[in-house]
Amino acid sequence: MSMTDIPQIGPKPAIKAAKPLFDGPEWNFDLIRDVYDAIAEIGIGEMGLDIYRNQIEVITAEQMLDAYSSIGMPVMYRHWSFGKRFAHDEMYYRKGARSLAFEIVINSDPCINYIMEENSMTMQCLVLAHAAMGHNHFFKNNYLFKQWTQADAILEYLAFAKKFVSDCEERFGVPAVEAVIDAAHALMNQGVSRNAAPRRRFDPAKAREREIRRREYEVEIYNELWRTLPQSKPEAKAEEVVIDPSPPIVPEENLLYFLEKHSPKLAGWKREILRIVRVLSTYFYPQRQTKVMNEGCATFVHYEIMNRLYEKGLVTDGSMLEFMHMHSAVVYQPAFSDRGFSGFNPYALGFAMMRDIKRICLEPTDEDRQWFPDIAGNGEPMETLKDAWANFRDESFIHQFLSPKVIRDFRLFHIRNKSEDHAVRVEAIHDEMGYRDVRRLLARQYDVSQQDPDIQVTDADLSGSRRLVLTHFVRDGILLDKDECDRTLMHVARLWGFRVRLVEVDTMTGAKLREHETLPLP
Amino acid sequence: MNIIDRRLNPKSKSLGNRQRFVRRAKADIREAVKDALKKRKVSEVEGSEKISIRSKSVREPSFSHSRDSGTRDMVLPGNKDYKVGDLIPKPQGGGGGGGGGQASADGEGQDDFVFTLSKDEFLDLFFEDLKLPNLIKTRIRDLKSPVPQRAGYTSDGPPAKLNRVRTMRRSLARRIALKRPKDTDILLLERALAEAETDVPRDESRIAELRARLDKLLRLRRTIAYVDPIDLQYNRTERVPRPATQAVMFCLMDASASMTEPLKDLAKRFFMLLHLFLSRHYREVDVVFVRHTSTASEVDEETFFRGVETGGTVISTALDEMDRIVRDRYSPEDWNIYAAQASDGDNIPDDMGRCLDLVENSLLPVCQYFAYIEVSEQIGFGDTIVWDGYKEIAERNKHFAMRRVTSPAEIFPVFHELFSAAAGA
Repeated sequence: MSMTDIPQIGPKPAIKAAKPLFDGPEWNFDLIRDVYDAIAEIGIGEMGLDIYRNQIEVITAEQMLDAYSSIGMPVMYRHWSFGKRFAHDEMYYRKGARSLAFEIVINSDPCINYIMEENSMTMQCLVLAHAAMGHNHFFKNNYLFKQWTQADAILEYLAFAKKFVSDCEERFGVPAVEAVIDAAHALMNQGVSRNAAPRRRFDPAKAREREIRRREYEVEIYNELWRTLPQSKPEAKAEEVVIDPSPPIVPEENLLYFLEKHSPKLAGWKREILRIVRVLSTYFYPQRQTKVMNEGCATFVHYEIMNRLYEKGLVTDGSMLEFMHMHSAVVYQPAFSDRGFSGFNPYALGFAMMRDIKRICLEPTDEDRQWFPDIAGNGEPMETLKDAWANFRDESFIHQFLSPKVIRDFRLFHIRNKSEDHAVRVEAIHDEMGYRDVRRLLARQYDVSQQDPDIQVTDADLSGSRRLVLTHFVRDGILLDKDECDRTLMHVARLWGFRVRLVEVDTMTGAKLREHETLPLP
Repeated sequence: MNIIDRRLNPKSKSLGNRQRFVRRAKADIREAVKDALKKRKVSEVEGSEKISIRSKSVREPSFSHSRDSGTRDMVLPGNKDYKVGDLIPKPQGGGGGGGGGQASADGEGQDDFVFTLSKDEFLDLFFEDLKLPNLIKTRIRDLKSPVPQRAGYTSDGPPAKLNRVRTMRRSLARRIALKRPKDTDILLLERALAEAETDVPRDESRIAELRARLDKLLRLRRTIAYVDPIDLQYNRTERVPRPATQAVMFCLMDASASMTEPLKDLAKRFFMLLHLFLSRHYREVDVVFVRHTSTASEVDEETFFRGVETGGTVISTALDEMDRIVRDRYSPEDWNIYAAQASDGDNIPDDMGRCLDLVENSLLPVCQYFAYIEVSEQIGFGDTIVWDGYKEIAERNKHFAMRRVTSPAEIFPVFHELFSAAAGA
């Protein structure tokens, strides 16, 4: 069926076809199953969503906090930074200062949806439509996720990573392992090969096999007693030296990859840990690039589905009011001058843009025809949206689809902040002159590669002094935070084992702006 | 679609992470705990604590842009009536306009990190490194805390426990029994063979015979190992229960009229800490509370900490009471006896002689450690009568310690001094 007859929230439909699925806040497993079926009928049957199989897991608030602290993943290796996050989140939660997410959804096949037991039935319904349909469809179809992640393998890989790290802790001690993970985490944002497609699609099964074989061999030839003998043979240190013999290719933007492959004196297990963190970083890279689209897609989908359920008479008026209350809180965008402002709300922006695309497809104005000649009035909002969800990321999506109407609705404006001035200057506002400027800059704001500092390995002297040189290509005169940079360089030096220098060079002029240098602690 | 109920899964999945975090930030947390103590009321000592640490050890650095250089463009929502070209003054001490959409939750709050320590975590840190000095007298009463003791040999164990003498003894015996050829035997044969080969009339049969014998010896040496896994002998240890020590702590507190409310509060804080410390670390410690005015009486914990009573001051009554209780119930043969006394340093002058006599001649000889805390509102009016008297005792007796406390903030440091692991040793 076409989407035209999905109503806006408005007058109650005259005839309700069916009996409401539930009434009141209590939920139970049968009810969830019924509601899921009704939602899937709309999502898959009517809207034509294409999703992974769903696995719905009911958890408590405490378990939700647990999941939070390990970046949302159900399985994770142990590290103090997750404990830190947990302690922090827990305190805010107990104080009541922050509420928990209603769900967490994991880009895996089957797609795991965590829903909280505290949610009311309406909430569960909303959450299922949001995560099990919206996010799930996005994960399965967006090109970035297809290209960068392997949904069917991630959980298995994480289980391997967890086991590997805990085995290492047993063999080499917690502090030694912690030091490596600390260093790897510091470089996590430099652990993605942005400009190349993933070199080799990592095969977790193979990786695990390789590691198991390596370990089995070690166990085979290992005898506790040999450890007590004086070491005269150099082979005993074989583990220390397993460097890629080919000379490193510079420049290299993926610091974790570079260190894993070329660091002169890193033990094998440390390389494996770098690899684990790099795999994680790569896995999350698409999520960082699609916050607006991912949340927008899920919000749009839950909004459509809830309205359809209501129209079919499957949810009560009360539930619908509860839903509208939640929904409007989720898509609220505070103005820049409000106290609660902390940047753009990806739910609000994404939802508004997708609703707007639907409007352009169905009821275009002259302005829309001029701005979006290829989709205005095409009458196929779902197809248009599905195409956008599949082939764009935040940056390109905003560049392509941010309409003057949304710019006006959000009252977007562009300011320029020069560090040496005492005031910021308004460069463009939501008017005819400003639309393109605002759109271009907002798109850039969502370009992750523009937001992260551009740091590359530019020289590594493997035969002589073994000094490693990193270069920060400075854009718009924005330097690195000195304190943070020095601390991070310490981590790099620890992994590299020799002197490390970081040069900040202006991209436009090529001028050297600043230099940092550090030696590994003995 | 599958629904799984995970609510009954084990909780505290991140406990391991939390322990790693607390260990990591230990030094900073301990500082924060000390600070927190100053602000607490007596009744709150035993509770969970919100801790705020400004910590280097829990920072997670990464390469990030500085906030104060370069030019940045930003798109913001909610324009009111700005026009192109308008200048907006920057807010003081912050990035212009509230930060971009990318500001991560982690990026903030690096300066102060706030979280809650559980009661156990708090107290563990609180009493770390403290112990009762000179805990020596032991009687076998409760068998606890096993210690490892040698218990013969075993054929299996960690390399550190390999007994080389035993191992080599067995190796030698086996080699003799199995007739493993010695190096000298082989050497001699080799020499004989070399000679035979160079002899001018070559005696082929002799050469063949020698060679066969040599081959046999070499084969034997190869097959019979010098040290074989069955020779290995390891020292074995067994865990033997060790008698636990028993101790009693006397808490003597002046409750007279001269002790004002703040002073009593100080004294109570001290005893509260002491009590908490003992009950937490020593299961076998008895605590006896004695309170005195012009008369002394043994009271229970509740009365000791919360009761109100006033009157004159005769310190010797408390010491008498302690002496009596020791004789009645805690034979110095079997018990480690400790005492902590708190007063404002006031006493009836007539009583001092008896006090000093009691402390030095009756109590100190049976005590492992005697701590005197003098609480006062300010320092500087010269020594009080009790301080004066006790000073000489302290000079003569190493296990008598005295300290002054004037504010709640000093309680913990003084407590720490009195009971730090090294104090009485």
